[in-house]
Amino acid sequence: MNTEVNFAGIKMKNPVTVASGTFGFGREYSELFDLNQLGAIITKGVSYEPKIGNKSPRVCETPAGMINAIGLENLGVDHFIEYDLPFLHKFDTAIIVNAFGGPGGTVEDYVKVCEVLNKLDIDAVELNLSCPNVCTGCMAFGTTYDGVKQVTSACRKVLTSKPLIVKLTPNVTDITIPAKAAEEAGADAISLINTFSAMVIDVETRRPILGNNTGGLSGPAIRPIAVRMVYQAAQSVNIPILGLGGIMTGNDAIEFMLAGATAISIGSGNFYSPDTSINVLNGIKEYLTKHNIEDINSIIGTVKMN
Amino acid sequence: MSINLKVKLVTKQQLKPDIFKFGIKAEKMVDMAKPGQFLEIRVTDNIVPFLRRPISIYNVDKQNGIIEFIFQVKGEGTKILSNKNIGEEIEVLGPLGNGTFKVIENKRVAILGGGIGVFPLYELAKNLKNKSEVNIYLGFRNKDAVVLEQEFQALANKLTITTDDGSYSIQGFAINELKKDIEKEKIDYIYACGPLQMLKAIRDLSIQKNIPCQISLEERMACGVGVCLGCAVKKTEIVEGEFQYAHVCKDGPVFDAKYVNI
Ligand SMILES: Cc1cc2nc3c(=O)[nH]c(=O)nc-3n(C[C@H](O)[C@H](O)[C@H](O)COP(=O)(O)OP(=O)(O)OC[C@H]3O[C@@H](n4cnc5c(N)ncnc54)[C@H](O)[C@@H]3O)c2cc1C
Ligand SMILES: Cc1cc2nc3c(=O)[nH]c(=O)nc-3n(C[C@H](O)[C@H](O)[C@H](O)COP(=O)(O)O)c2cc1C
Repeated sequence: MNTEVNFAGIKMKNPVTVASGTFGFGREYSELFDLNQLGAIITKGVSYEPKIGNKSPRVCETPAGMINAIGLENLGVDHFIEYDLPFLHKFDTAIIVNAFGGPGGTVEDYVKVCEVLNKLDIDAVELNLSCPNVCTGCMAFGTTYDGVKQVTSACRKVLTSKPLIVKLTPNVTDITIPAKAAEEAGADAISLINTFSAMVIDVETRRPILGNNTGGLSGPAIRPIAVRMVYQAAQSVNIPILGLGGIMTGNDAIEFMLAGATAISIGSGNFYSPDTSINVLNGIKEYLTKHNIEDINSIIGTVKMN
Repeated sequence: MSINLKVKLVTKQQLKPDIFKFGIKAEKMVDMAKPGQFLEIRVTDNIVPFLRRPISIYNVDKQNGIIEFIFQVKGEGTKILSNKNIGEEIEVLGPLGNGTFKVIENKRVAILGGGIGVFPLYELAKNLKNKSEVNIYLGFRNKDAVVLEQEFQALANKLTITTDDGSYSIQGFAINELKKDIEKEKIDYIYACGPLQMLKAIRDLSIQKNIPCQISLEERMACGVGVCLGCAVKKTEIVEGEFQYAHVCKDGPVFDAKYVNI
């Protein structure tokens, strides 16, 4: 049985990756399971300069999911290089660095961090154009054709030696528009989806629970929408897709691959159990065995529409 | 070090209509556990409720490989947990937290607990017994809310119980009794866990009297291990190259009172 996939030029031993912001830089979960089993680790979002996060509460449970407004808290790319990258290099898994133009959120901020990442020993860069929790930049770029094109083109120019993945927001009416913008601007792949802008109100205090008032919805609650969006994006672009949104089991992952994803990520599912990503991997293998499928690549995008 | 385990519920006791004491067989965890640490408990195999529930370790029984925790039924998650029966399996991640209670030796220490905040203080008191002189101050709303009096009595050189309404023992807040004793005799170290108002007051008092003090904090959390950065608490001082927030699950749940700005 072959589970190896080639995602935007990255050779991955299997399509199972862990999503940005739900796995830190691997250190904590490395105590709990063998990270060498993963196809790739996608890091917490890093910016050129450190960025302070939002005030508490930053997370809140919702039916079959959660909302978060962490605020892209990170210690900056220099700290990543010194402290996290050497640690990640200990593992035999692809390293994808999630990056954003913080703290200012301008195109220049995106370019600055990409210039640094271009020189590092990493497998790819994933650009976050889709975080709903920061005021400027990010999602503001991600929701329009021009915004996606502008940031992607600028980063493409400086990312001369690394695959560029653009992470899209689902907070749009038509996902094919930003997907095409990313492809036309030279992205090697797209990943979708990031979280949905959402709010929970405490009826006793009559205030939103999150300190930031709104946050991003993730988890199984969003999965059917994510699958639909991956399918639509796959119909409109030719670059590979990393699919995510509420994946908990092998069958969930297979759904995304049938819809057109070459690789998948586990996000909030890691919080449900640190074993989720390995359970997903085992579930994928069981599915392949059960259906006598020799090569996982043969199922990508093969959903038969009614 | 921590570990994610499917463990068996081996003891279950209802201490109050809404308070339960559970014992889980977790041989692999007992040697790792330190006073003040907590567990992230999955209450269901369904996806609702989605997140685990953080609950402190109450007692580590190394000899029998059992970890005990006590919880109050608050909402859906703790309700589901309270319905588990002896013999059932529960998935537990722990022990968690790098900020733990320091066991101080040969000193006169004070332990201050309020309401359900008294639970994590038991394992601490157990570790302090015979090492330091342990004065324990526990405050409850009323007589019905008083729990674990005998258990703490067995570990204390002196135990003071207060109730807000005076329906049992001394009327008033436990911190006021501690304050009186600080005026009378030297207290070298303070440990506290309880409602935020109490923690703010003991933080102020400890700074004013210049007594080292550790407090245990709660915050809404998702991962429990330090990856999601959800459970943020402001630090008092901003240090370059460090987060301006501490994270309760990883840096805490026990902090030096001066270090956090609550
Ligand atoms: C480090 C730590 C140790 C704790 N130790 C104990 C203990 O030993 N005994 C005990 O009875 N309780 C303890 N708590 C509080 C306990 O976690 C909450 O009462 C519990 O999560 C409520 O869940 P629920 O589903 O019943 O309530 P709901 O209100 O339905 O929960 C909804 C969501 O909010 C979160 N939440 C609600 N209240 C709190 C809270 N106070 N702190 C953090 N998250 C909260 C829940 O985890 C859940 O994600 C501790 C909390 C923390 C952070
Ligand atoms: C706590 C938390 C933090 C996140 N941080 C980031 C981030 O820094 N950058 C990013 O691109 N996405 C971030 N995300 C979004 C996830 O990577 C993912 O796109 C989203 O959660 C949907 O997947 P899921 O339903 O499997 O969680 C974060 C999500 C969560 C829950």
